Order: sequence, then structure tokens, then C-alpha cells
Amino acid sequence: MLSALLCITRRNPVASALWLVVTLFALAGLFVLLDAQFIAVLQVLVYAGAIMVLFLFVIMLLNLGRPGPSDIKGPAGVLTAVVLASAMLFLLKPVSQTTLSDAIRLPAGTVAAIQQQQGIVGSVAAPLFEAYLVPFEIASVLLLAAIVGAVVLAKRKL
Amino acid sequence: MLNLALTFSAILFTIGVAGVLFRRNAIIIFMCVELMLNAVNLTFVALAQQLGVGGQVFVFFVMAVAAAEAAVGLAIILAVYRHKQSVSLQNMNLLKDG
Repeated sequence: MLSALLCITRRNPVASALWLVVTLFALAGLFVLLDAQFIAVLQVLVYAGAIMVLFLFVIMLLNLGRPGPSDIKGPAGVLTAVVLASAMLFLLKPVSQTTLSDAIRLPAGTVAAIQQQQGIVGSVAAPLFEAYLVPFEIASVLLLAAIVGAVVLAKRKL
Repeated sequence: MLNLALTFSAILFTIGVAGVLFRRNAIIIFMCVELMLNAVNLTFVALAQQLGVGGQVFVFFVMAVAAAEAAVGLAIILAVYRHKQSVSLQNMNLLKDG
């Protein structure tokens, strides 16, 4: 949480990006604590690995690493942001105090038991390739479209 | 653990929103959007622990969409930078009247 705060307050985009990496690693640790080891590995590989390299690459490419004028908005802008953010936190507070009724909640340790039985990757892969097969294929098409789109957009001359 | 994770997720999401609101650098705003996506992922994982692994599958899809969005978004930022020599959103007022 501290690293997330630092991430949005650093003036230098590179420092900001590195603090975001710290945040993502901390989140991966939380995922492990929440019985989602596969997602934690994916988080480190995809986010902390691929996406952050992309961000740092663009920052370096645009030569934004040098200290320049701050892009943080003036006092009025910061005040508005803080007021709106605290209003949002106030609205989200009841959500974070949710208690699940026993009717829909699985008995404690069920997910861990499924992982014991099917393997950590298998417990995610089985629904992915059975119940969620169509969304999975759509996601692959989406990624292909994104690759083509990124190349077209980044080309110097269309 | 569930309520702790949900509280943490709400705070993380709020930090992301605040970041979008008070920065002007397009890349940093983009990183704040990633932060918000991650906060939602945390919610999914926390609830998946109680309600079954379907949530973890969903996190997988969120990550795929986030990766696609990051690639396209950064390409757009590159194209805009090439056009305007700036990534500050203050200079992007092409659609503004007058």
C-alpha cells in the first residue's frame, strides 16, 4: 500500500514505475496467501515481467527519465483528487465489510483441497478449458488484434 | 482474511483513482489504471478462496485484457508523442472548443 502511494506521488516516471513493480510483487505475495499460487506466478511473469518492461521501455524511448517540470496538478487539482478519492473510499467501505452467507460459501479449505487433488495449475486449467473455453478463444483473438493494432499504431508511416 | 483483502483492494483502487485524477503524465495515468485492475484482481482472488476457483479463471482473463490494453495504449502514447512531442494530457485539447 505504501509502495502504491509512492507510485503515484513520485515525480520521476521511472521511479514511479519501479514502485509499481514493488506493488505488483506485494500483490503476488497476497495471492499466495489467498490460495492462488498459479495466479501469483502469472502476476509476476505477466505484470512485473512483461507489462512493466513495456512501460519502462516506452519511458526510456521517449526520454522521460530526466527530471523535468512536475506533472502533478496544482493545489486545486490535488484537493479535488483527495476529496473525490476519500468519497470513493467511503462508498467502498461497506463493500469491504461484506460477509458471505454460509449458503453460498464453500467450507473452509475446499479450494486448497481441490488444488491438492488436481494440482495447482490443473485446478485453474480445468474450468478454463471446459466451462470457459469460448471466452478463452475470444481472449486469444483479442490478443492477436492487440498485437496487430500496436504494430500498426507504432509504425512511423501508415 | 477476506475482509482484510477486500479492504486492501478498496484502498488500492482508491489510490489508483486518485493517481488518475491528479497526474498529467499519460504514462503514469496508464500505470494507475493498471493499479486499479490489480485491485479488482485482488478482490476476485479473495472471493475465489471462499466461492470456488471460477474467480481465479476470471483473473486470468482480466490479465489477458490488461496486457492487450497496455500494448495498444502504449502504442497510442508513442504515436501521440511523435505527433506532439509531449505526453502531458494538458496539451491534448484537439477536441476542445476554441
